[in-house]
Amino acid sequence: MTTKSTSYWQENIRLIIKCLIIWFIVSFGCGLLFVEQLNTIRLGGYKLGFWFAQQGSIYVFVALVFYYSHAMNKLDAKYGVEEE
Amino acid sequence: MDMDLKTLTYIAVFGSFAMYFAIAWWARAGSTSEFYAAGGGVGPVANGIAIGADWMSAASFISMAGLISFLGYGGSVFLMGWTGGYVLLAMLLAPYLRKHGKFTVPEFIGDRYYSKSARIVAVACLIIASLTYIIGQMKGVGVAFSRFLEVDYGLGLGIGMAVVWVYAVVGGMKGITYTQIAQYVVLIFAYTVPAVFISLHLTGNPIPQLGLGSTMADGSGVYLLDKLDMVVTDLGFKEYTTAKLGSSVNMFAYTLSLMIGTAGLPHVIMRFFTVPSVKAARASAGYALVFIALLYTVAPAVGAMARLNLMNTIEPTPGQNLVYDERPQWFKDWEVTGLLKFEDKNGDGKIQYTSNADTNEMVKVDRDIMVLANPAIANLPNWVIALVAAGGLAAALSTAAGLLLAISSSISHDLMKGVLTPNISEKNELLSSRIIMTLAILVSGYLGLNPPGFAAGTVALAFGLAASSIFPALMMGIFSKKISGHAAVAGMCSGIGITMLYVFQHKGIMFIPGTAFLGNMQPNWFMGISPNAFGVVGAIVNFSVAFIVSKITGPAPENIQQLVENFRIPAGSGSAHNH
Repeated sequence: MTTKSTSYWQENIRLIIKCLIIWFIVSFGCGLLFVEQLNTIRLGGYKLGFWFAQQGSIYVFVALVFYYSHAMNKLDAKYGVEEE
Repeated sequence: MDMDLKTLTYIAVFGSFAMYFAIAWWARAGSTSEFYAAGGGVGPVANGIAIGADWMSAASFISMAGLISFLGYGGSVFLMGWTGGYVLLAMLLAPYLRKHGKFTVPEFIGDRYYSKSARIVAVACLIIASLTYIIGQMKGVGVAFSRFLEVDYGLGLGIGMAVVWVYAVVGGMKGITYTQIAQYVVLIFAYTVPAVFISLHLTGNPIPQLGLGSTMADGSGVYLLDKLDMVVTDLGFKEYTTAKLGSSVNMFAYTLSLMIGTAGLPHVIMRFFTVPSVKAARASAGYALVFIALLYTVAPAVGAMARLNLMNTIEPTPGQNLVYDERPQWFKDWEVTGLLKFEDKNGDGKIQYTSNADTNEMVKVDRDIMVLANPAIANLPNWVIALVAAGGLAAALSTAAGLLLAISSSISHDLMKGVLTPNISEKNELLSSRIIMTLAILVSGYLGLNPPGFAAGTVALAFGLAASSIFPALMMGIFSKKISGHAAVAGMCSGIGITMLYVFQHKGIMFIPGTAFLGNMQPNWFMGISPNAFGVVGAIVNFSVAFIVSKITGPAPENIQQLVENFRIPAGSGSAHNH
């Protein structure tokens, strides 16, 4: 049980880190740190960096939370730790 | 037949109130479990909607688009900060707190850190954060009532207090949850309808998120954002799409502080105790973010379009300024409130609006009027304006109710049942939490009448406090098995301490003007970080102090490490329970 729950937890941590890297890139990366470079690219009337800061990052956040929820449900089943 | 605005507003506002009362009565709480956690029977979608209403306050509904309107790109810190926090909440806190299965945030902290003092410190942080937050809501209720129902600010506040008392005290968490669902529908409808009209009018595209990136409908082929950039820079303002809020470091710290603060606000966290399972907790974070994103992706369109409409009203074509005597009705209405002020400096009878303080004649344009005045500026029909009034009140009331519940449960459940009078019966605990909620309404109403300094400053402090105290304590408690009780107490106290010190030294002790000993000016800021953005530094201090103290005092005992192992896996969760 102990080794099983340890590797369940480690897989969870890896998943969280993966998601938080994307979380960081779309908001702090595209919306703040590299906003000037991205602003040279256009998405219709939007400058791309501005779009990430005021629209794009929020859409990615939504997708990330659902992806995490879905992936964790699968992980629960894999290790047999889901709720009855 | 065109009904007048006042009649329509009365119908919209009192019609929605009647609905809230009916729902609260139908879903009233009968036990402490129902009062604190709605009996653990709220589905993930319903909980997601309720979180959305809980979260989106008068600040989100009324102030945010106005802030973005004047800050441009710099306003992105609020958009990213107040949504990105839900990613942290969904992955780092919510599922584990739900698995542990208690009613309140301080209760979790008390259990995990096997310490009554940790629980009491958490209660103190929670009360300060929630009470400062609620003052802003009460102010919002007062402002909305006084403008739309044309009553005195104090009377408006009183009506708001009475309404929230009826359905929060009677309904508890169960009643509040179902009322919040109705309030979400009212507020999102009221927010998007004018935005759709305005977007359609300006760009021909009814979806505001797409309209913001479209060309103007005037046949010029110019993109709306390019036009806005041109109009504001012509008058000497900073370019809309690139204007920063302070330095890049400040924007970074501000965004991160709001994210961590969002994830640490107790009235949002405690909503996750109402769902039936860990799986539902994860999913409801996603639904919550969808319902929040609906408003938050429309807000930048509302902000930019309102700014453009305002500029176009005052200066329809470059060099052709609006004659003051020919100003529209909404201009006169807001002048009466004092939130919009004109001063004819050059005596030509026309309105000049520029960035130069010497020649600018729009001496006051309060940011908060942008959303409320927007439908009128865009010449929308009266029923839309009435709807916005009902929406603003729904936003303020739903958040106030959630905050009141967080405060009353932490006092009656954590302080009384947990520490002072452990033998209290369930019936008396329920009664006492209702009495405490009544007292909290009176205190916050009083503070709303006599706000200590400026309410905006106190709301920012709430985020700073949550970011520097509650979030780190919860996260360490879950992701480290060994961190000890002493470490958590030391971490929370030092994190909150340094954040309050920084805010007070720049903004005045308890926001009393004249007591700021370093002055609220940029050269004095640590690394250019504004006081509102300091929560992240407080959080780093909290983590560091806790880490060092834990190394000195040794790890948490074996049974606590077992407890952590247990709430890390979903298996074996029941509904939130009371032992």
